[in-house]
Amino acid sequence: MIPSTFDYVKAGSVDEAVAALAEAGDDAKVLGGGQSLLPVLRLRLNAPTVIVDVSGVDEMRTVADEGGSLLIGAAVTTYEVMHHDAIKASVPLLAQAAGLVADPAIRHRGTFGGSCAHADPAGDLPTVARALDAEFVIAGPGGRRTVGASGFFVDYFTTAVQPDEVLVAVRVPKLDGWGAHYEKFHRTAQAWAIVGVAAAVKVEGGTITGARVALTNMGPSPVRASSVESALVGGPATQEAISAAAQSAADGTSPTSDTHAQADFREHLARVLTARAVAKAAGI
Amino acid sequence: MTHIDVTVDGITRHGDVEPRRLLVHWLREDLGLVGTTVGCDTSNCGACTVLVDGRSVKSCNMLAVQADGHEITTIQGLADGDEWHPVQKAFKECHGLQCGYCTPGMVMASVDLLSENPDPTEEEIRNGLEGNLCRCTGYHNIVKAVATAAAEMKGASA
Amino acid sequence: MTATIEPQTGAIGRPIKRKEDARLLTGKTNWVDNIQLPGTLYVHYVRSSVAHARIVRVDTTAAKAADGVVAVYTGADFPEQAGSTCVWPVTDDIKMSHYPAICTDKVLYAGDVVAVVVATDKYLAADAGDLVDVDLEPLPAVVDMEEALKDGAPLVHEGFGTNHCYTATMPCGDYAAAKAKADVVVKRRFINQRLIPNTMEPRAVVAAPSVGMADEIAVWTSTQIPHVLRVVLALLTGVPENNIRVIAPDVGGGFGVKLQIYREEVLGLLLAKKLGRPVKWVETRSEHMVASHHGRDQIQDIEIAATSDGTILGVDVKLLADMGAYLQIITPGTPLLGMFMYSGIYKMEALNFECTGVYTNKTPTDAYRGAGRPEATFAIERIVDELAAELGMEPMELRKKNWIKHEEFPYTQIAGLTYDTGNYEAATARAMELFGYDELRAEQKARRESGDKVQLGLGISTFTEMCGLAPSRTLGALKYAAGGWEHCTIRALPTGKIELITGTSPHGQGHETAWSQIASDIIGVPVEDIEVVHGDTGRAPLGMDTYGSRSLAVGGQAIKVAGERLVEKAKLIAAHQLEVSPDDIEFKEGVYSVKGDPEKHKTLGEISWAAFAAHNVPDGVEPTLSGEATVDPQDFSYPHGTHLAAMEVDTETGKVTLRKYVAVDDCGVQVNPLIVEGQVHGGLAQGIAQALYEGALYDADGNLLTGSMGDYLLPSAADLPSFITDRTVTPSTTHPLGTKGIGEAGAIASTPAIINGIVDALRPLGVNDVFMPASPQNVWRAIQAAQGGAA
Repeated sequence: MIPSTFDYVKAGSVDEAVAALAEAGDDAKVLGGGQSLLPVLRLRLNAPTVIVDVSGVDEMRTVADEGGSLLIGAAVTTYEVMHHDAIKASVPLLAQAAGLVADPAIRHRGTFGGSCAHADPAGDLPTVARALDAEFVIAGPGGRRTVGASGFFVDYFTTAVQPDEVLVAVRVPKLDGWGAHYEKFHRTAQAWAIVGVAAAVKVEGGTITGARVALTNMGPSPVRASSVESALVGGPATQEAISAAAQSAADGTSPTSDTHAQADFREHLARVLTARAVAKAAGI
Repeated sequence: MTHIDVTVDGITRHGDVEPRRLLVHWLREDLGLVGTTVGCDTSNCGACTVLVDGRSVKSCNMLAVQADGHEITTIQGLADGDEWHPVQKAFKECHGLQCGYCTPGMVMASVDLLSENPDPTEEEIRNGLEGNLCRCTGYHNIVKAVATAAAEMKGASA
Repeated sequence: MTATIEPQTGAIGRPIKRKEDARLLTGKTNWVDNIQLPGTLYVHYVRSSVAHARIVRVDTTAAKAADGVVAVYTGADFPEQAGSTCVWPVTDDIKMSHYPAICTDKVLYAGDVVAVVVATDKYLAADAGDLVDVDLEPLPAVVDMEEALKDGAPLVHEGFGTNHCYTATMPCGDYAAAKAKADVVVKRRFINQRLIPNTMEPRAVVAAPSVGMADEIAVWTSTQIPHVLRVVLALLTGVPENNIRVIAPDVGGGFGVKLQIYREEVLGLLLAKKLGRPVKWVETRSEHMVASHHGRDQIQDIEIAATSDGTILGVDVKLLADMGAYLQIITPGTPLLGMFMYSGIYKMEALNFECTGVYTNKTPTDAYRGAGRPEATFAIERIVDELAAELGMEPMELRKKNWIKHEEFPYTQIAGLTYDTGNYEAATARAMELFGYDELRAEQKARRESGDKVQLGLGISTFTEMCGLAPSRTLGALKYAAGGWEHCTIRALPTGKIELITGTSPHGQGHETAWSQIASDIIGVPVEDIEVVHGDTGRAPLGMDTYGSRSLAVGGQAIKVAGERLVEKAKLIAAHQLEVSPDDIEFKEGVYSVKGDPEKHKTLGEISWAAFAAHNVPDGVEPTLSGEATVDPQDFSYPHGTHLAAMEVDTETGKVTLRKYVAVDDCGVQVNPLIVEGQVHGGLAQGIAQALYEGALYDADGNLLTGSMGDYLLPSAADLPSFITDRTVTPSTTHPLGTKGIGEAGAIASTPAIINGIVDALRPLGVNDVFMPASPQNVWRAIQAAQGGAA
């Protein structure tokens, strides 16, 4: 219940945060809302010597409309994502999924960027980022770089963000004209997803012309269900076609087994829930 | 030690705290505001819920240093003198508590819920309280209390 | 015994809002963790991370040198000290474990204590805890009960040469003969899984020397049993009982887990004594998961024999009960509390019961809401449904055919208990009406016919329980060390206020309100003028505490008798002062007046002052005004009820939704219907949670896999529906207030109702059981298995 000791740096800017990390060495941790980090500290699963608080960095607290995309500051809270007008209008998948993260109190402080940087395989928002091909803006001693979602999520609790770097913002493409749905399957309302499916589809004249499907907790990182996407595109937006396409949802995944579900059940769920998520995204 | 200035239940409080000090420990042990309880170490139970700048937050899941410059309301600052908040009244009226240990957090979460959604359905109440665990009531009367408080508050503001 | 007094205020039976709520709703509470004494030292326990190991070395050097550390102790510092004990050796040949306060040579479960750090600050105590260097040589762990009983299994206690703890039997009637007559025999193995009680308030202990009397050590602890604890602390530590004061202040939930003697209480007392300063320990939730006792954990092999027309002939039960690594207060007795309940509400000619307790390298088990009776009720209510399926009978019809008819009470059932009263027909009729039973059956039929992927099931539980623990002679016959009486003193203070001192010790039930109602009705004083004193052996020295739905059933009797005695004495004083014979005093609405001349009267306040001043009390009457009673109950009480659950099962994902739940309970006379209903709701949530969400899981090495609230799932408001509840009232005839008890009913009845509902939904798919908790995976696997799938 009691964290180990650490030094605390409240960064006023991204540059200050990067400088603080450089000074701290390998044992530093970035604190956004702290909703993933604090439990880790309380249980002493990690004991950083320096905490760099970026929650007050203005640049990381804003949402910018870039035309074809939204640049969402990494310290924008899950609650703000749920209620932000531009996000609700242009990336409703993200707003909807945000409303399913943890519980209201956690959403008030937890951040979109923090969820992605924490990279829990059961996290909901990383999967949405993966489905949408989001880009991650990372600042470090050498300046800024941008990493696509496919390269960002590396492994269990591991991303492309290096110990001396800070995730500054996430660029999320707008999907105007697409339908979307995040299907979260969990045992209790506050529990982590056993499996989650983020689906976005574009339907034109009864035909699916675009599809994005990604899966939560079906491997160390969010998994893109590419074979489902290719099976959907060009096909009719019918329950039968969607169910058929969803049969390959678990292909190429490597889900874990834990107290809530064994791997084979997760694979089964991935197929069933993908069909449901895509159907809802397609409005049927 | 890091210096913090925090408004707690309407009073500005100053403190010098270790950065690792949890907000709930600062409230309970440094300020003696023991009305807020601690029920878990994984931020699941919500017993320690307080309002930070008007929104519910689990005070075990926040460092005291993060509260610097912010405004906090605990269960002990909810009533207006002897006049209880409508949520407190409704919890008593509806028998929405038994042992009372989850109650501070449950009440604060309910206050937050109603501030955002003054006229919630039963489903919205239940979902809105998903982050607060109670082991005594089965939630039945808690849900009833929140609905009762909503009606009361609506009547008062009408 | 004095004469029964007419109700004075009508307080009994009213849904009065609770007195307790004011402090609980404003944060003016008195949890143990809120108690902050000058000079307090903080205790941190260093626990074993493995289930079974030899302790090679515990090096405390670095910890002792750390900031703020006052002392670090290991088992060597308390070599023979027991940290808990068992007061219920259920058989003559039971193997009784020694539970060390701090382990000396071996650790027997993950969470066992190897060292104790005492520091000036709790943050520093935690830091120093990490510096204790514990070298453990892991030993093979025994986790599974059946494996534990095999030859060559690793031994939890080497000295016993076996993991077998005891086998208790109770043959009632001739089951073999009954079975021989049967047309149908149905046998099932049910797993009543291990649960972690998870009171919202974790345990906590503060112990301080010389706060009150000079030689006294006060122990504040979050317990259900301050009185029992005081006795046992004295027995275990050698500290004289008259120097120990145990206080249970506001206690945040119990459910059985605080009906225990814990090493943190024993060591708290000893450390305060040794160091001469207050010491404080507050359990973390992670600690609670391993260090507070668990509940349930039985393998139940049950067989039922019946004729083809559905007449039940007999039941045969063989239990394996997991004791965990040590026996604590009533570990071995807990499964036996269900022994008499395996016939449920049904008539039969034979009940054969056998229970074997088994040691494993896991946290000890003990009482959890219902304690033995939920397990029994689950088994009988599940097997009755399976019998109905086998016979092709409607499950409610089968029950009606076999239950004890209301005109047959009092009825001595097959295990020898005499159920005093009951009306199963009335409760069931009301429940079916509230449920819409026939309409739901029709919907179920339609869904089955349409092949709906979401199937509907109707779950039934018609149950009874034995409450009001317990007649002391019965407890003695069962080898339990203590009695089952309860005490109450009602004092009329000189200023006219009433102090009601009870031996029960509440932790959320609302005794302060309900006890005031009872006393009000007897002594004629307003509810708000009565202060209920409880949970402090200094102020309420006599009691047997709160568990087993006993507080009202037994403690209520003591209140009644104490109140009547107070009134009798007040009458004597009033008569003397009014210069009439006591027979000429009329007692009505709290006023003592002369019959036929009501102008001549005395109020209780006037009488109590007169008794205090004692200038003019009659000869032979002692000064001061109070009534005292210590009451041993005549019998157990037998609440009952009918619970119905409508379960929707998504056959594709295995996800289960509780759509509707109806509970009609009969707890006899209700002192406060508001509180009764709250008890039902809470019990339902816990029983439903056993069916759907909860379960302690261990890996093969004895590591607890569900060691946090992230993994051990407790339902929130979002996971449960509102409940439909009602009561029928069939007063107990063996309990003078007509009450029976309601604390455990919801938890006992609901678990089988839920599982019966799920199985009923899936029966057309060939499913005839689902493991608990009925998680999506467990339900999906049951479907797959029934369909011949690989799962």
